[in-house]
Amino acid sequence: MRRDDNISGKLDWVTVLLYLTLITLGWINIFAAVYDDTVEQTIWDLSLNSGRQLLFMAACSVIIMGIVIVDMRFYDVFAYLIYGLVLALLVMVPIIGKEVGGNKSWIGIGSFGVQPSEFAKFATALAVAKYMGSVGFKMDNLRNQTILFAIIGIPIFLILLQKDIGTLLVFTSFILVFFREGMSPFILIVGICAATIFILTLLIPNQYYLHGAIVIALILLIAIGKKKFKRIALLTIGAIMIMGVIESVDYVITDVLKPHQQNRIKALINPDADPLGYGWNVTQSKIAIGSGRFSGKGFLKGTQTKFDFVPEQSTDFIFCTIGEEYGWLGSLVTISLFVALLLRVIFLAERQKSRFARSYGYCVASIFFFHFAINIGMTIGLFPVIGIPLPFFSYGGSALWGFTILLFILLKLDAHRSEVLQRG
Amino acid sequence: MNEWRKEIIQVVIVLVGIIFLIKLFFIQVLDSRYADLANSNAILRQVEYPFRGLIYDRNSKLIVYNTPEYDLQIISKEAKGLDSVKFCEVFGLSKDELRTKFKELRARKEYSPYKPTLFIDKLSNYDFAKIQDNLDEFSGFYIQARTTRAYSTAALANALGYVSEISKTKLESDESKIYKQGDYIGQSGIELFYEEQLRGQRGVKFKLRNVKGIEKGSFDDGRMDSLSVPGLDLVSGIDLDLQLYGEMLLKGKAGSIVAIEPSTGEILSMVSGPSYDPNLLTGRLYGSNFKVISNDTLKPLFNRSLMAQYRPGSIFKIAQAMTALQEGVITPETRIRCDKTLIGCHAGHDNQDLRGAISNSCNPYFLGVLRKMLNKGISTSPYEDTRIGLAEWNKHINSFGFGSRLGVDLPNEKGGLIPTPATYDRAYDNRPWKFSNIYSIAIGEGENLVVPMQMANFAATLANRGFYYTPHLIKAIGKDLKPLPHYLIKHYTTIDSANFRIAVDAMQQVVESGTAQYRAKLADIVVCGKTGTVQNDPLPAHSVFIAFAPRDNPKIAISVYVEDAGQGARAAASIASLMIEKYLLGKTNRPQIEQYVLNGKFL
Repeated sequence: MRRDDNISGKLDWVTVLLYLTLITLGWINIFAAVYDDTVEQTIWDLSLNSGRQLLFMAACSVIIMGIVIVDMRFYDVFAYLIYGLVLALLVMVPIIGKEVGGNKSWIGIGSFGVQPSEFAKFATALAVAKYMGSVGFKMDNLRNQTILFAIIGIPIFLILLQKDIGTLLVFTSFILVFFREGMSPFILIVGICAATIFILTLLIPNQYYLHGAIVIALILLIAIGKKKFKRIALLTIGAIMIMGVIESVDYVITDVLKPHQQNRIKALINPDADPLGYGWNVTQSKIAIGSGRFSGKGFLKGTQTKFDFVPEQSTDFIFCTIGEEYGWLGSLVTISLFVALLLRVIFLAERQKSRFARSYGYCVASIFFFHFAINIGMTIGLFPVIGIPLPFFSYGGSALWGFTILLFILLKLDAHRSEVLQRG
Repeated sequence: MNEWRKEIIQVVIVLVGIIFLIKLFFIQVLDSRYADLANSNAILRQVEYPFRGLIYDRNSKLIVYNTPEYDLQIISKEAKGLDSVKFCEVFGLSKDELRTKFKELRARKEYSPYKPTLFIDKLSNYDFAKIQDNLDEFSGFYIQARTTRAYSTAALANALGYVSEISKTKLESDESKIYKQGDYIGQSGIELFYEEQLRGQRGVKFKLRNVKGIEKGSFDDGRMDSLSVPGLDLVSGIDLDLQLYGEMLLKGKAGSIVAIEPSTGEILSMVSGPSYDPNLLTGRLYGSNFKVISNDTLKPLFNRSLMAQYRPGSIFKIAQAMTALQEGVITPETRIRCDKTLIGCHAGHDNQDLRGAISNSCNPYFLGVLRKMLNKGISTSPYEDTRIGLAEWNKHINSFGFGSRLGVDLPNEKGGLIPTPATYDRAYDNRPWKFSNIYSIAIGEGENLVVPMQMANFAATLANRGFYYTPHLIKAIGKDLKPLPHYLIKHYTTIDSANFRIAVDAMQQVVESGTAQYRAKLADIVVCGKTGTVQNDPLPAHSVFIAFAPRDNPKIAISVYVEDAGQGARAAASIASLMIEKYLLGKTNRPQIEQYVLNGKFL
């Protein structure tokens, strides 16, 4: 295989440009979120999150160089090894980790800490892509499916031990990759239906209305379709199962979920019920974003984020700063940039010749999409509050590095796409 | 294969972006509510409490003023490492009390470790002086000053009323939206009636703050700030010395003294007994004191002068006499035998004329007067005739201010009751009634109910020979010392002043040679009065006296009502004459009468 010394010329510069734009905007907004005009501060100040984020960004350039220099086959060949190493780190977290904000998900090296779970995302993506790219892999083979679910199941289990529900849920986004690679849409549809029923049950206080609606739907379906015994039986069983789900939602809410998790779901449904309690985050977040109006209050002019009304304003709720200081126009630009990045990543994935690279590309898209959708969705009250960062915007070294690695491995693979043999 | 799946994924991504932008358009552009909420979040309206208006007496003596009061606030986050032993010592708390204070603090709904929260409220000036030097030793504790009411004397409690924090229900029903939780508001008396004038206007300062409530400078360079405007001062017609004297005389007794200046309607004193010290209902002990005072079976919060509805007794005979004279059914020379078959009387007189009957308070005489008045033979039916007569009678009696509220500038005034034909229709369930059913009203008994303020107003009307000004406590508001215009209106009775002169002559005779001669006669002042002894079986009768003095150009009109104290000639006449002496001479020349009243043995 031919070595290409001018690798940078082959990196997808559209993506790189989007990446640079996003991290720069993120950095500026982190400064705005923590800015305090009673103190003389600059964006470079290392005592501020913005100053530290700049250091993390500088480290990113080293990481990117490393990713680009390493032979592209490294990622294919050592995918399982990388996966195994990160899993080993995750196992160690509960043992040697330190507790930050109630979650024990950090490993400290001196005063410096990293979150292995952030790196588990790209490692799992590599392993999933590697397995899906292996010879004879068929998405509809039950054995293959089982192993695939095991690959994402192990990190899920380990992260569950750290009680980091947000990161854990990120791993469910791999379903999108499986779907792309031919998994029956049935699982996706069932999942979406279950979630819809779950939320409908919460929204409609009296579940008998829902039961009634299902019975009517069942009768209509039986009436208009073929009157075969098997079909009627299946529909009836389905209806009874849905009713069972409805009945179990209440049980899940009150008996399975922890109080703070119950509250987050309650806050989603009715944030006004307890605006100072469990509704605080969502209420304040919406106030901050909403107060930006059409064109925003201007750089460093926001009051809600700066004066700490919004919690976690430089990490999980960074989007509030954008909404408050740049208004709807700022939101439009930010969301457009994310959508562009996601579509570009899918475009890159689709032009890969190996199944490994294509699957990996979809893993990247799925993970970014999940973060983007859930994070912004929670700040505007469309999803429950789940603590996951907005890629490239939220403050934090581990997350930034994790996303950078995730993206640039894809760019590296893409740069060498013509060097691999097509497998299908 | 699976090409369509690629499309679906892309569509989903774009769709999510569009949904977000639509939702954002709703909360950012269409809904302005969030911008308002952001302002109320970050902009602190800091209230500057105004000084409440002061209240002066007629001689510019201060009755009610403001005194500083201090709330101790805590920001728990800053109050770490508290030397609790020292703290308890300085604030005079026991360890357990301090522990409960902290427990209560955390249990409070609005509690936040970052925000200043009330820890000990209503520290007095005296307490504050004690702790001031030690305060900087306790980090996280801050003093917030405001003012509360203070009273120069223990007098006039019921008329003044009291001020306390606005109640939840009041706050919710307040449509003016002026009040905020924790605000002080007049709860009764003058404080309530003149709340609007007294409260002043709060000043507001707008400050930027963060979520911990910590100030981050003034908002918009203070362009929207306003200064507080103190409340208006009130000048009352009360003579504080007379008031104090009246309170002293009524001490240990239940009843009322009301004195009015007839030429203006200004209330000179208004004593309701038993009373309480208004200083008990301010400051830190308000809560516990209020509980004690409001649960007192003697009802010290009940303003008898204005709210107690008594049968007036024989003082009512004056009104009867004038009504009959006006109707022409008697003349001053009309004599009626003291026939005790229907009604009892005192010994020693018979077949008197009007002056004599008033002077000796002859019951059968006034029974006869009322019969003449109610049964004039206009109708042949005795029932119909009484009905017509009673309606005529009502017209006159009501013109003295009886039977309805006078319009005194205090809340909760009662109007008393003067029976009308309708009253008896109700009482007799629409069965017919005639004079013989209702004659006890002739001597101020029966259904008649009058409040002490109306009795004093009646005395003032007699002093004025035919009219009265609405009695009032406050004669001027603010710097403008002109009398309030609605108190300049003369209310005329339906009785000619000639008939008043006859009544006044008789009242002079009452004091000089009649029922009141032993305890109400003064050496240098011609007092005109009338006694009343109101049946109150099985308890001793109520002692009543109305009077004015001097006879010509009267300066004071007074009513005294002492519950369960026997004859009007004793307790009530003594107190009234002492009050007149005190007001006109500045002191009493009759220490034995004063002692008699203070001893309180009237029976």
